[in-house]
Amino acid sequence: MSYRVVGSAVPRKEVASKVTGQADYVDDLRVPGMWYGITVRSTIARGRIQRIAFQDGVPWSEFTVVSAADIPGKNMVSMIVEDQPYLAADHVNHMHEPVLLLAHPDKNLLEKARALVKIDYEPLPTVFDIDSSLRGNPAIWGSDNVFKRYLMEKGDVDAAWSNAAHIVEGEYSTGAQEQLYIETNGMLATANPHDGVTVRGSMQCPYYVHKSLMALFGLPADKIRVIQQETGGAFGGKEEYPSMIGGHAALLAWKSGHPVKLIYDREEDMAATTKRHPSRTRHKTAIAADGTLLAMDIEFVIDGGAYATLSAVVLSRGTIHAPGPYRCPNVRVRSTAVATNSPPHGAFRGFGAPQSIFALELHIDKIARALHLTPEEFRQRNFLLTGDATGTSQIVRQPLDLPALQKRALTHAGYLEKKARFHLANQTAAIKKGIGFATFFHGAGFTGSGERYLQSVVTLQTTAAGRVEILSSMTEMGQGANTVLTQVAAETLGIPYEWVDIPRPDTSRAPNTGPTVASRTTMIVGRLVETASLDLRQKLKLPAECTPEQFAEACAICGPLAVSAQFQEPEGIFWDDRKYCGDAYGAYSWAVYVAEVSADTLTGEIQVDRFTALQEVGRVLHPVLAAGQIEGGVLQGIGFAIYEKVLFRDGAMVNNQMTNYIVPTSVDVPRIDVLFEEVPYEHGAMGAKGIGELPMDGPAPAILNALEDALGIPFDRVPLMAEDVLLAIGETSERRVA
Amino acid sequence: MRSHLADFDLVVAADLPEALRLLVAGWRPIAGGTDLMVLFNAGRLPYRKLVGVAKLPELNAITVSSDMVTLGAAVTYSAIQRHSVMQSEFPLLCQAASWTGGAANQNRGTLGGNIVNASPAADSPPALLVYDVELEFISTSGSRRISYGEFHTGYKLMQSRPEELLVKIHLPPHRRKLNQYARKVGARKAQAISKVCFNAVAEVESSVIKHIRVALGSVAPIPLRCRKVEAALAGQTLSSTLIAHARDLIAQEIQPIDDIRSTARYRTAVTQNLLSEFLGQLL
Amino acid sequence: MANTPISLTVNCAAHTLIVPAMKRLLDVLREDLRLTGTKEGCGEGECGACSVILDGELVNSCLIPAKQADGARIVTIESSGLGVIQRAFAETGAAQCGICTPGMVMAASALLARNAKPSLEQIREGLAGNICRCTGYQKIFDAVETVSRQNP
Repeated sequence: MSYRVVGSAVPRKEVASKVTGQADYVDDLRVPGMWYGITVRSTIARGRIQRIAFQDGVPWSEFTVVSAADIPGKNMVSMIVEDQPYLAADHVNHMHEPVLLLAHPDKNLLEKARALVKIDYEPLPTVFDIDSSLRGNPAIWGSDNVFKRYLMEKGDVDAAWSNAAHIVEGEYSTGAQEQLYIETNGMLATANPHDGVTVRGSMQCPYYVHKSLMALFGLPADKIRVIQQETGGAFGGKEEYPSMIGGHAALLAWKSGHPVKLIYDREEDMAATTKRHPSRTRHKTAIAADGTLLAMDIEFVIDGGAYATLSAVVLSRGTIHAPGPYRCPNVRVRSTAVATNSPPHGAFRGFGAPQSIFALELHIDKIARALHLTPEEFRQRNFLLTGDATGTSQIVRQPLDLPALQKRALTHAGYLEKKARFHLANQTAAIKKGIGFATFFHGAGFTGSGERYLQSVVTLQTTAAGRVEILSSMTEMGQGANTVLTQVAAETLGIPYEWVDIPRPDTSRAPNTGPTVASRTTMIVGRLVETASLDLRQKLKLPAECTPEQFAEACAICGPLAVSAQFQEPEGIFWDDRKYCGDAYGAYSWAVYVAEVSADTLTGEIQVDRFTALQEVGRVLHPVLAAGQIEGGVLQGIGFAIYEKVLFRDGAMVNNQMTNYIVPTSVDVPRIDVLFEEVPYEHGAMGAKGIGELPMDGPAPAILNALEDALGIPFDRVPLMAEDVLLAIGETSERRVA
Repeated sequence: MRSHLADFDLVVAADLPEALRLLVAGWRPIAGGTDLMVLFNAGRLPYRKLVGVAKLPELNAITVSSDMVTLGAAVTYSAIQRHSVMQSEFPLLCQAASWTGGAANQNRGTLGGNIVNASPAADSPPALLVYDVELEFISTSGSRRISYGEFHTGYKLMQSRPEELLVKIHLPPHRRKLNQYARKVGARKAQAISKVCFNAVAEVESSVIKHIRVALGSVAPIPLRCRKVEAALAGQTLSSTLIAHARDLIAQEIQPIDDIRSTARYRTAVTQNLLSEFLGQLL
Repeated sequence: MANTPISLTVNCAAHTLIVPAMKRLLDVLREDLRLTGTKEGCGEGECGACSVILDGELVNSCLIPAKQADGARIVTIESSGLGVIQRAFAETGAAQCGICTPGMVMAASALLARNAKPSLEQIREGLAGNICRCTGYQKIFDAVETVSRQNP
């Protein structure tokens, strides 16, 4: 008898506390003697700090004030490159850059105090857009404003043009996007030289925070403790930023001698923290007479903001996904991440792939139109098949049938019938409808040797009473990590789901399992849990088929046990970091997304009426959680396409309130149909691949392709607002009349 | 929350005379708080002393007679939507009430608050303009009425004094068979500040426009009644030429700007298109 | 300006407090009464995370000064009377990160109190003031429909 919980909709592990309001997010915590913190930020996008004055109006002697000079260790946020200070010492490089920290026991006095700090700057020349940055004058970062470049090549692109029957070019761009987790960033810290530093808060990566705090305070690992509280949404927005705010709370605690809670309000969070990297992609494509791709020449640039943070890795993923799920013998991707004087951009679900896939899928439809082929026919001729090589020369080893996926998605969406019906009705209707789609892939886990470098560890801890604890640094943030990892452990051990506990990540107990990013939790960490569970069964000397009672008995006999599993790179995965080719990811998930849209020709308003999301994901471990990830990701993708616009003025976001940064409501969201297919991945937990970020890639291109179907206008950028649509409709009809 | 609590005070008026005395002493009225508290939370509320008037009976009554429908100034958007006479006689106002925020804000937000907040982007004012409503103010020195069409004189400038309290909104019965049209264009379908808010009523007989009112939000510093367009259409026979002419006129009458939500060009084009749609429906 | 006395009934328990008159009801609940289930998401009345029921109506508690809530009957997510809705949210997968969930449950409760069998369109309208960033709303609709089906 075995306990089957994988593949069924078991209750979310922490659901009871969430639906009753008992889940403890950081702002719900209160400790004795707690003070509150606030951040004083720059009011200029680039300049030299000349003078800081504390004007009368609050009792300054009661405040703790922290500046760069108070930092015990290194004034640098640890990420990839050491360029971002915790607190600006003499220069600022973006609006809202942190300069000072204030703390006081009365939360209510802080804003008044902040307004009384007067900082004078000598302004310096600024750069706010990709083209200005590429020109390098002024150089605001390094010698040439370039954080990172990649050259990814396959075959010989330059030789292919002469053989081309068709050459199609295009340029596409995407804007910044705010993660808008409904719980803002926050931390609660205690810190003193004797006991060390403890930070609790909203975060995705406790060990990133841990590492950064070690350097900030110059303390060893065992003097820093980081605990993840219940986290109210993250989407990448709490991947790197928590190191900054965690350090700030800890610095205030260190200097004040009190626990300090530092919570951002919405205005500050939106203005000052990371966003999705804006991008620009140029495509030049050679196609043979038979409609097959000969060469793809792609230029991909992203705006990283003022400091490097994770731009190199976002660029990497965007680069690798740029040529898409197509067979093409000659590929070149030249990619660049550049600096501007905006607040640094950072991780957001998809992490470079939504940007480059957007460009590609619009371009593929453009090519199809140029060749007078339907979008589905052109793709059919060029889809990767099992045994083909991707843009990084990775051989597709697993069974892959994109033509079948495409057919299934289009059939489910009623694509052909609707397309014909819409075209007919559009001849007389003011509200024109269209249907369009995108086909794409998303690699799960860290790129190339990244997972090997992480050396992730999971530990299972048993008690004599037969309970099992999963100790890992993977953070639950709504995606269902706690539930899925528990399912895997319970089923592998053959015990009830309820016997397995998964305490919140606490670096004093949990090993470093790597960050909760890159759609790696289920596939990679789940596999570690599986491995550790099998190892535990061995140590308990359990028979192949055993009952829960036998498990409990074995635990009683053995006493408490701890068993760990560490990531081992599967055999046969080769990645060349220098040449940027090889097996970029252990596995890709594959998808076809179909969008039905309406465009009102009187107002330019666009609406998504219906959406079909089909994906092949290896194995669905929890049907409700998996569907939830797709539904939520699709709506964020719809937001990315037609609702969410970050307005920058002089390097600052000016629509930093929820009244002016528009995300879709329950009235705006279409019905979303989620369909899964499963081709089990041998190295993923129970066959699973990653799904968390995949749904972010498809909606924007599907919607714009649908709009082209509706209006005959090929838009090339997102966010696409009603103003853009109405203008284009007007210009098109002017051209038609003329 | 960016305001310093100790700098503020709020009292709830026990009755209308107390409220009026406090207004003379410089206190400012607060009803549902859905505008003022947003400013307060952002640290941008200019008033330090507030008197709560939301529950005063005079401000909550809805009275219906053959001569007049009267709403108390603190009647909420939810209450407006639920009232059968409002639904049947003043559907554009019910529509506007349903557009203003979500359910929670509609339960607190008041028509009077919307009026005296004087945002040119508010949803109710265009409906109030096409219905030719009258405002009634009261103060310690008595009461007076003013046609709503004369109330707004400039951006956030009103024909009222700080010691006056808006107490009633009087809606005259139509005594006509009206075609009624309202459309709001915003960034999303719910909870959006409008980019253009278009309201119109017309009485048409044998293709002749016997009565017409056109009013818009978000296209001028004030909620705008398009009197020039109305004058050009009144008494005219509907035709595609007339509609084209009206389109040109309205583009000149409105004064939209580029702002955080939209552009002047867009607002003009949409206004013209909605006018065409409205007039087209009358053909 | 001095603090002022207010009386509130919250989840059927009577409280008398002395607070600044302009303190937000949200903060009175979270700080003075230690009922931290009601959340702050935006401070502008746009996200609904702070929704509670006040005198039978759904309101955004971040926009209500304490003195205006004097004498009110308030229901928050901590109320024991929400079990049916909470169970439906739990079972359908309507809660992911959980931060919007208290407000969403309150909005659902207010909707169902007015309309025991709402159509999908009415559900969408009733929840339009509550923003969820995780779920795409689909399973939240399912949760409300589940409760609605259980209603006579």
